[in-house]
Amino acid sequence: MSNQASTLFDKVWDAHVVRKIEDGPDVFFIDRHFIHEVTSPVAFLGLESRNIGVMYAERTFATADHNTPTINQHLPVQDPLSANQLKALETNSAKYGISHWGLGHARNGIVHVVGPENGITLPGMTIVCGDSHTSTHGAFGAIAFGIGTSEVEMVLSSQCIMQPKPKKMRVNVNGKLGKGVTPKDVTLYIISKLTTAGATGYFVEYAGDVFENMSMEGRMTVCNMSIEMGARGGMIAPDETTFAYINGREQAPKGEKWDKALAYWKTLKTDEGAVFDKEYNFDAADIEPMITYGTNPGMGQGISKAIPFSDQVEGGKATYDKSLNYMGFHENESMLGKKIDYVFIGSCTNGRIEDFRAFASIVKGRKKADNVTAWVVPGSHIVEAQIKEEGILDILTEAGFELRQPGCSACLAMNDDKIPAGKYAVSTSNRNFEGRQGPGARTLLASPLVAAAAAVTGVVTDPRDLL
Amino acid sequence: MAYDKFTVLTSTAVPLPIENVDTDQIIPARFLKATKREGFGDNLFRDWRYNGDDSPKQDFVLNNPIYSGKILVGGHNFGSGSSREHAAWAIYDYGFRCVVSSFFADIFKGNSLNIGILPVQVSPEFLDKIFLAIEADPNTELEINLPEQTITILATGEQQSFDINGYKKHNMINGFDDIDYLQAMKGEIKEFEAERIY
Repeated sequence: MSNQASTLFDKVWDAHVVRKIEDGPDVFFIDRHFIHEVTSPVAFLGLESRNIGVMYAERTFATADHNTPTINQHLPVQDPLSANQLKALETNSAKYGISHWGLGHARNGIVHVVGPENGITLPGMTIVCGDSHTSTHGAFGAIAFGIGTSEVEMVLSSQCIMQPKPKKMRVNVNGKLGKGVTPKDVTLYIISKLTTAGATGYFVEYAGDVFENMSMEGRMTVCNMSIEMGARGGMIAPDETTFAYINGREQAPKGEKWDKALAYWKTLKTDEGAVFDKEYNFDAADIEPMITYGTNPGMGQGISKAIPFSDQVEGGKATYDKSLNYMGFHENESMLGKKIDYVFIGSCTNGRIEDFRAFASIVKGRKKADNVTAWVVPGSHIVEAQIKEEGILDILTEAGFELRQPGCSACLAMNDDKIPAGKYAVSTSNRNFEGRQGPGARTLLASPLVAAAAAVTGVVTDPRDLL
Repeated sequence: MAYDKFTVLTSTAVPLPIENVDTDQIIPARFLKATKREGFGDNLFRDWRYNGDDSPKQDFVLNNPIYSGKILVGGHNFGSGSSREHAAWAIYDYGFRCVVSSFFADIFKGNSLNIGILPVQVSPEFLDKIFLAIEADPNTELEINLPEQTITILATGEQQSFDINGYKKHNMINGFDDIDYLQAMKGEIKEFEAERIY
């Protein structure tokens, strides 16, 4: 046993290496594998064409989320292609004995919401899914990241993937967050500083008192967005907040198993003096409510600031101009007061109960602006039930909002929840890429508070003015 | 999934000098509804390539007949965003076998290697040279030599070497994939699994 100081990341990674290949990747064992309807069908076809089976069906969990409708889920899915994918997930899961939470199942929802809320996601695990926002689960001190379909096939058939070990980065944020500044703002701030490719090749650990004081929902929001600065994933050392969140969840360890797990989880932190390949330090006091103005998540800034000039940002002018042109924005314009057509609250980034509580805190006693179409989409049926139980639905209804049914929805607009061409959407999701929310759609990424402020005023509004 | 073996590729190239090309641009989500991996090439760069009425956008490079070839040359940070392997499938299905850029997003790079597309990372300066050479003469040929790990602009002889780990290089040259490798070590994986606490 080496007495060298090691990082949280090293501890979890090294415990999962089955074999090291010289001048090649590690053969990396996967504890938990989530699958959904879009990136798994071809992997199952691959198994069939090779005539091989699923090695550990109990380590894979299927849920339908990406192309599911968010209204009338009790009716047959209208789009035949979507229906076909959903059917394939159901059939493949049944064939190989994989747990399947399909449309209508009481625990169905977005894969990165249902994993944690049911206690499937635990500290020290390795977790993968054919979805880049698998990084969400890093909030529990797990190594979690997105994979391609070839790798889905690898996990199904061998419970391993071939993965070179990424470099290590630590991002420290210390201090006290200001009024109206949420975990989403923290992550959009970090990404704006590091840029959309600034953490490519790295696995990130988030540290400092801002994350220590953050709820699990907030930590999930931060880790979720790690991929948006290029990182394969992000993680936060598990602590009492983590243990309290997990304790009692349906599939979490119980009794003796809990005690054993807890003892292990308490070892999962970066040792004093451990070395990172790169380290950044930020001050919480510098972070404002954030909003993006361009076509990648790194193009964000404090909501009160003007859109930068091209020479103030990294990258070429041609790419920057193309981006602003797509958005219909100009250099040096203020974001405040820009007219909004749509508001979307939901997704694996901000589709948890805390996000709806935040949204409702501004909506309460106000009315939805007439020019705004709002899609309020819970991340799971469990979140949906909480919204109802806590009286949030009453606040929303009173203000003129309707609650939809769970799914990925307008985050990637695979279902009918598409923002029309040219329209502006303030969205609590994770990507503002061209066409992400529908062909020609223009996305402004922001927190649930900023989304609520836009929803009730009809324009980009500083939420601090309404709190 | 078996794919073409890759040794030396000599071809003209299609230039796409845009930074941060994300996988939503390479293949928009609404085209991910297939349950097979063939046919995605038709929708490669769909929204940059076609208008809303499906007519081709004349100013997009894939619609310009003077550019063709099996090599796609993209700007910095190519393939960012979503992990969808469909992006790599679309590039392969369209007929590309190699993507050249000064920087690749991790997941896209891994997906490409897994399906037989070689991602070749060059310096920003060399990338500019390639763009300039193609701009001056669209018939400019590039030679990608995987055994030697070199990329050469044939007209000028300018050359740079590129990195790839020995394991992946061996796989691509021979058309092997990771699943073959993993299937051969299932005994070792079983022993490892038996010791897991979860």
